[in-house]
Amino acid sequence: MVKKAFKPFKYVYLGLMLLFLYIPIIYLIVFSFNDFTFGRRVSYANLGVWNGFSLSNYKNLFVGEAGNALLLTLEIAAISSVLATVIGTAAAIGIYAMKKRSRNLILNVSQLPMVNPDLVTGITFMMLFAFVNGLLVRMGLAQIGDITKLVIAHVSFSIPYVIFSVMPRLRQSSDLLYEAAMDLGCSPMQALLKVVIPDIMPGITSGFIMALTMSLDDFVISYFVSDLKSVLSVYIFSCARGARGVNPALATVIFIPLVTLLLIVNLRRLAKEREYEIQSKKVKMKDKGGNIK
Amino acid sequence: MKRKVFAYPYIVWMILFIVIPMLFIIYYAVNVGGDFRLDKFWATLSDGNKWTVLWHSVVMAFKTTAICLLLGYPIAYILSNMKRSVAGFISVLFFVPMWMNFVLRTYAWQAILEYFIPEIKTMLGLEGSVLMVLVYDFLPFMIMPLYNTLSKIDKSLLEASRDLGANGTTTFMRVVLPLSIPGIVSGITMVFIPAITAFTVPALIGNGMYHLYGNEIELAFKTPNAPGDYAVGSTLSIILLISVLVSTLIMNHFDKDQQTGGQMW
Repeated sequence: MVKKAFKPFKYVYLGLMLLFLYIPIIYLIVFSFNDFTFGRRVSYANLGVWNGFSLSNYKNLFVGEAGNALLLTLEIAAISSVLATVIGTAAAIGIYAMKKRSRNLILNVSQLPMVNPDLVTGITFMMLFAFVNGLLVRMGLAQIGDITKLVIAHVSFSIPYVIFSVMPRLRQSSDLLYEAAMDLGCSPMQALLKVVIPDIMPGITSGFIMALTMSLDDFVISYFVSDLKSVLSVYIFSCARGARGVNPALATVIFIPLVTLLLIVNLRRLAKEREYEIQSKKVKMKDKGGNIK
Repeated sequence: MKRKVFAYPYIVWMILFIVIPMLFIIYYAVNVGGDFRLDKFWATLSDGNKWTVLWHSVVMAFKTTAICLLLGYPIAYILSNMKRSVAGFISVLFFVPMWMNFVLRTYAWQAILEYFIPEIKTMLGLEGSVLMVLVYDFLPFMIMPLYNTLSKIDKSLLEASRDLGANGTTTFMRVVLPLSIPGIVSGITMVFIPAITAFTVPALIGNGMYHLYGNEIELAFKTPNAPGDYAVGSTLSIILLISVLVSTLIMNHFDKDQQTGGQMW
């Protein structure tokens, strides 16, 4: 009885909270169709007055600084997530084969970037690059550029996430698979590429997606690492701080692909959930057989 | 060839880009222009203003966490009691904003408070507005671990509690709440620590008029039109790292459901 009386209240509460979470996003998307031209100039500073419908904000997105930042963001995300996935997967396979002591040491150090506040990670990179660039200048060599710095920083903070999503998969699959492949005549490399990696593929995929989203989403670390050229979030921050404001069409361009991607992933996940549950039951039965060290 | 060889590239990377950069904080805290000097380090440590700002940031982070917990727990609880398919869909709706560029979301609030509904800002005041946007940014991070823990609670335990004569409130207080403590602890960790170091929200919402500890560090390193003062910034970061470490240790003490790998941090 009590439960029934609470039911509408529940939905109202969820609705209000969703509204709170989506107000800023909806606001930007609505105003992305606003006309911001005043005479010949475009100023996004006054984001509160409706001037009339226009699509020009979307045209402006892909030119000038905003377009460059958007392109650079995608470039850095693509390069760094692929690199992080390759290094991280190899690392997970290697670490897994190590003795307990060295394994725990490396895993503990790998957790550092995950527990460290972004702010601290950002400034440590800033100081590292300042130091190295100082040395390079003294030796008369070229300095490390913004793009290289960004890639190094992004790879570094994403690798741990790849390792920690591949590790559980390795634990689920059996060591015997690798040895069986070698017994059947595979070289270690072949055994790895043809047997181990396909077996841990779901872990690699989720690690890659994590690395990709972390890179796309990062602001704090990129902000400290780069000087002149930087990614979209740094561009947005500097615009928001200055007087010119931010082109609200960015919200639509980020939001629509994001929602589509999340919906696809989740629909797939819901379908796979059942399959996965059956599999993990099997693994549990194997565990009981004393297969795991 | 042994398999552990595959970890070697990463180990090199880890030493170069995780371990060594951390050492630079200590190096620059006691090194001014190539000389070993402790004066800036001590001057920063004994600067009462910095400690006031740190305390203020801890209080703000505490408020943010408390509000997120109060708002987020009911959401996670309601979701965990829904049909799986419905809950799966609605929970995605709650997590979508988390993946959206958070500088852009913060900017949206800045614009709303500045141009669209300035009444909110007059009502809440500067600090209240910063607090609201902090809550906004971190709420999904509180809901996620809570939802994960709550939806994993075995429903037969609730039935058992009912069968043994407990009413709804008692069941919640004595069964659901204790079982959800791991979720609460990881939710608090996911909100409290980033909230102490937040500098984007105060920078954008406060328009430079409102400082938290993160802004102090940012200003030390990125002073407009001047080389950064690494000694001050590094010292401030050391204080921050120690505070974060202490709060993580306190959290871990309550969290018996530790994940694999590191028990160290």
